[in-house]
Amino acid sequence: MLTNLFPNIKLEDLWEATLETFYMTSISLIGTFIIGIILGLLLYLTAKGGLWENKICNVIVGAIVNVFRAIPFIILILLLFPFTKMLIGTVRGPNAALPALIIGAAPFYARLVEIALKEVSKGVVEAALAMGAKTKTIIFKVLLPESLPALISGITVTAIALIGYTAMAGVIGAGGLGNYAHYFGFMRRDFDVVFVCTIAIVIIVFVFQFIGDFISNKVDKR
Amino acid sequence: MISIDGLTKIFRLNKKDITAVDHLSLSIEDGEIFGVIGYSGAGKSTFIRLLNRLEEPTSGKVTIQGKEITSMKKSELRVARQDIGMVFQHFNLLWSRTVSENIAFPLEIAGVPAEERVRRVKELIDLVGLTGRENSYPSQLSGGQKQRVGIARALANKPKVLLCDEATSALDPETTNSILELLVNINKKLGLTIILITHEMHVIRKICNRVAVMEDGKIVEQGDVLNVFLRPEQDVTKKFVKQVMSSSDEEELENFLVHYTGGKLVELTFVGESTNQALISTISKKFEIEVNILQGKITQTQRGAYGKLTVQLQGEDAEIARAISFIENETSVQLEVIQHAN
Repeated sequence: MLTNLFPNIKLEDLWEATLETFYMTSISLIGTFIIGIILGLLLYLTAKGGLWENKICNVIVGAIVNVFRAIPFIILILLLFPFTKMLIGTVRGPNAALPALIIGAAPFYARLVEIALKEVSKGVVEAALAMGAKTKTIIFKVLLPESLPALISGITVTAIALIGYTAMAGVIGAGGLGNYAHYFGFMRRDFDVVFVCTIAIVIIVFVFQFIGDFISNKVDKR
Repeated sequence: MISIDGLTKIFRLNKKDITAVDHLSLSIEDGEIFGVIGYSGAGKSTFIRLLNRLEEPTSGKVTIQGKEITSMKKSELRVARQDIGMVFQHFNLLWSRTVSENIAFPLEIAGVPAEERVRRVKELIDLVGLTGRENSYPSQLSGGQKQRVGIARALANKPKVLLCDEATSALDPETTNSILELLVNINKKLGLTIILITHEMHVIRKICNRVAVMEDGKIVEQGDVLNVFLRPEQDVTKKFVKQVMSSSDEEELENFLVHYTGGKLVELTFVGESTNQALISTISKKFEIEVNILQGKITQTQRGAYGKLTVQLQGEDAEIARAISFIENETSVQLEVIQHAN
């Protein structure tokens, strides 16, 4: 019956494309998480009244984050072609999409991290200082654990944006469901392929959202 | 001993200097409970935060147990802070940690080994009366219980000094009393010095040995709690004393003068031991007079009781005069004639 409804779908192709999307999203998500946390912490700590208050550093990091957030993703990929080529050796395939995905998503996540950290009660940080805690202790034992639910819901939102980015990257040759929908669906006017790819992407989005909500609720003891 | 010398903090706000603490000098003995009282904006919160340099002083010196806090480098200060516990108005617990883990936090910071931490946490939980709640999260505790965790956490590294920043201001009166009792308890048991700031005279009355009254960044009056209660000099102090005594209200006195004519209206002030004397029954037996109690309150402080009674003495003028001279000369009760009856 499925072959009647979707005559142009090859299951193994669809499966491979789905795995590629999953692969690109997961790896870039890890990169985004690490870089986003670092940038977010820098923004938070160097802000006025912060533990590392430093106006110059704050302005520079803030400017980088804002500039990369302002560039539309599809243009960012093209802009990064030389960089990607140098780093990965090619501009095609799932791996080639990773630098652009991470650079595109990390600044977005950095702002979410900054917001999450600002929500941590100043009093708790002060209490840790009064106990004689080092900044390292405050970061790893106060700031990050206390903002964890917000950090996780932030990474969930970012993950979903990343799935969208992978589809865009797919159109210009990165593989995955976007690539499959574009080349095997749209270009050949086989719209059943486009439709199935849409469903697959929606399912992936739901899976990420579900996992994110679940973990966020689990760690929230407030 | 804690000595504070010329401590000053000036905040710069919108290009205007605001002096929060103004050349404040004070010395606090080991093992005492020292209270600082003042209205909001008096600078008391800034003052207590200057003691462990959560706020950097503009000038002045703080010496705690012979160590000059104000001249320390950051790294030395971190170590010194482990010896100064601090309790906060809003508890400031980590919601992501259980009661036990919250209490263990300062021990982790001080680098105490894991087994020792477990042992110490258990001791502290027993001390503050939270046995059975070890694995609860702060969100599952009442305000009073949260403050008990806050106190246990502050005591974890066996500090010599405990700073209480409005520790009971967010609690209801009953919980306030139980937390105050806990503070007195640990002061006696562990012999540590407690400095607390508050805007409630009730707190001072209940647990402090000495008190300083703060206004506009300065200490305007200080001394033994009982003395300050007895002879408040400054207007602020009088207002605070009134908070717990609520007597000698001008209006009320007028009221008495109108309604209670005949005999004499006198105000009796009891201090310390004299509160235990059965003065009223003694004079009414000894002399041919009637004693009519109009208003009064006796209150307990850490240094004995203190109270005021407004009474009407009725009878023959000569007999009243004899009773008054008896009270003035033979007892330690102070007497003030408010109004001679017509």
